[in-house]
Amino acid sequence: MTQDTKFHHGDATQNDSPIVEMKNIEKHFGNIIALAGVSFDVRPGECHCLLGDNGAGKSTFIKTMSGVHRPTKGEILFEGKPLNFATPRDAMEAGIATVFQDLAMIPLMSVTRNFFMGREPTTGRGLMKRFDVAKANEVTIEAMRQMGINLRGPDQAVGTLSGGERQTVAIARAVYFGAKVLILDEPTSALGVRQTSNVLATIDRVRKQGIGVVFISHNVRHALAVGDRFTVLNRGKTLGTAKRGEITPEELQDLMAGGQEMAALEGSLDGTI
Amino acid sequence: MNDTVQGAADERLKAEPLFAQLIKRPELGAVAGVILVVIFFSITADRSMFSLSGIINFMTPASQLGILAIGAALLMIGGEFDLSIGSMVAFSGLFFGVCAVTWHLPLVAAIPLTFIFAGAVGALSGNLVIRSGLPSFIVTLAFLFILRGLSLVGLKWATGGSTQLRGVREAVENDWLAPVFSGDAFPGLFAKLADMGLVATFNNGTPKVPGIPVEILWFVAIALIATYVLLRMPVGNWIFAAGGDRTAASNSGVPVNKVKVSLFMLTACCAALVAIITVMDAGSTDARRGFQKEFEAIIAAVVGGCLLTGGYGSAIGAFFGSIIFGMVVIGLTYTNFDQDWFQVFLGGMLLIAVMFNNAIRKRVTGER
Ligand SMILES: Nc1ncnc2c1ncn2[C@@H]1O[C@H](COP(=O)(O)OP(=O)(O)OP(=O)(O)O)[C@@H](O)[C@H]1O
Ligand SMILES: [Mg+2]
Repeated sequence: MTQDTKFHHGDATQNDSPIVEMKNIEKHFGNIIALAGVSFDVRPGECHCLLGDNGAGKSTFIKTMSGVHRPTKGEILFEGKPLNFATPRDAMEAGIATVFQDLAMIPLMSVTRNFFMGREPTTGRGLMKRFDVAKANEVTIEAMRQMGINLRGPDQAVGTLSGGERQTVAIARAVYFGAKVLILDEPTSALGVRQTSNVLATIDRVRKQGIGVVFISHNVRHALAVGDRFTVLNRGKTLGTAKRGEITPEELQDLMAGGQEMAALEGSLDGTI
Repeated sequence: MNDTVQGAADERLKAEPLFAQLIKRPELGAVAGVILVVIFFSITADRSMFSLSGIINFMTPASQLGILAIGAALLMIGGEFDLSIGSMVAFSGLFFGVCAVTWHLPLVAAIPLTFIFAGAVGALSGNLVIRSGLPSFIVTLAFLFILRGLSLVGLKWATGGSTQLRGVREAVENDWLAPVFSGDAFPGLFAKLADMGLVATFNNGTPKVPGIPVEILWFVAIALIATYVLLRMPVGNWIFAAGGDRTAASNSGVPVNKVKVSLFMLTACCAALVAIITVMDAGSTDARRGFQKEFEAIIAAVVGGCLLTGGYGSAIGAFFGSIIFGMVVIGLTYTNFDQDWFQVFLGGMLLIAVMFNNAIRKRVTGER
């Protein structure tokens, strides 16, 4: 347990076997090759960052992980067993929760209804089994408060929330449901300073509970603040995986930019990025 | 969709006036419409319109439409349309008639068979919509013609050349299940009420209103169940989600395709129920049964607050939308107006409702 960084980084987890292991995943959309053989795994209690340029294939990759896309080729192992999620619902039932880049929120529906969409808590039995609205409201309010946002009311339509508030609902929802793996696709892109550090702290918290976190970000500082391992994608391929401490922020940044021009750019901008 | 508010007070939240809260309810427009129409007819129509028999007079067509409209409303909230509802009434009416008359099946077999048959046709059109990815508008428009045509062909086949299948009344008259789907409920109660002088009677002492037509009871029951399902069951949330944004819903674990196909089946079964009730009532079925009902049902659903784009609306709104419809169709006969004003009214009401709904949606979503 080192004191030098903000968060604890677990080393003990290295021996654990991966929760999800993706081997040589390929994904083609018609004639577009979005992923050309990507291998990746996430272990319990670690935060594995997935980095890369725009269009590198990060979102496509995590979507094959969460059951949205079927891989064209490749193998997915869940807790050591081969598995093919037919729908996102299957992945959720296995304990994988995702914050999608587009958030998967429905503007016309209330925060609570969005929060529990597809996984509504029920009360009563048999014919009287019904959506437990009171409990759902309570959980939603509490989960949002933990993320540093005080909702005006759980029945507020998501369409009336600010972009960051919406993103927070999506994150709170995934954290609430992510029993084994939590996938976050650029969760902090619209967040304020306080909410961002809240999200990073949340990643740290769930990691300590033994959940595997997959974290996609364009921000090297955010990635370095919480990441245990870093995998860089470029044009549908992995450029490699580095452990924390094995790589400097500058090297990482260069890798993320495809290894080119970054140094030159940085020079002309006086190192402001 | 407004679940009870709780939580601490927020200094950035102005107290919301009751009116502003109400206006967010999808069914508000329909309730306001009912009030307006009642006021209109209390001024212009004969007093007897709002007597018990007058009310039953307009509630009967309202119910027959309303059963369809509630199905259509759920489907619209789920993000799809069904333009074949009216043809489905004729088609399942034909099927029911053939079961009862040609095959001499008892109602206990004929009715479930009709529902299964209708459900299967609904599943077919639903699956076509889902698998082809085409707008349901086009696919069900095709079914509008296919089913209407099949009803004609089928009727001629079943009757040997006629477009009317008679003899349903004779076939089902003494069936023990008949009172559930035809005639008036609670005749004993109404006879007693008439004896007590609470219900108006004819000269011979029989009550002017012999009971409540069963379709009204079905209508009320379906409206209540649909509202409960929408607002208080997980499936209700799935319907809103599937109609709101199918990708987001599916990515969040909602079985969107199953929800949508089930809704198509449900709408078809609503059409079958109306077919069974009206065929038993008329004692025969013909190819024009349910003609243009799809439009009236969609109008009632829209008046009830359903958005054409899906994801928003209410069953209770469709309930009131249908009552407005029934009141106007029948109410005009109690006035000195030409009855053909009805069509003008229907179109006008649709326009106003769509504009009203659009404004509401902007309020709810904060429109960005
Ligand atoms: N459904 C699709 N059909 C066709 N092409 C697609 C589809 N989804 C993604 N792609 C393509 O695959 C490539 C990778 O896209 P992806 O969304 O995974 O990128 P990303 O790494 O998440 O980028 P960003 O950082 O901008 O979010 C892009 O070139 C994109 O155009
Ligand atoms: Mg992306």
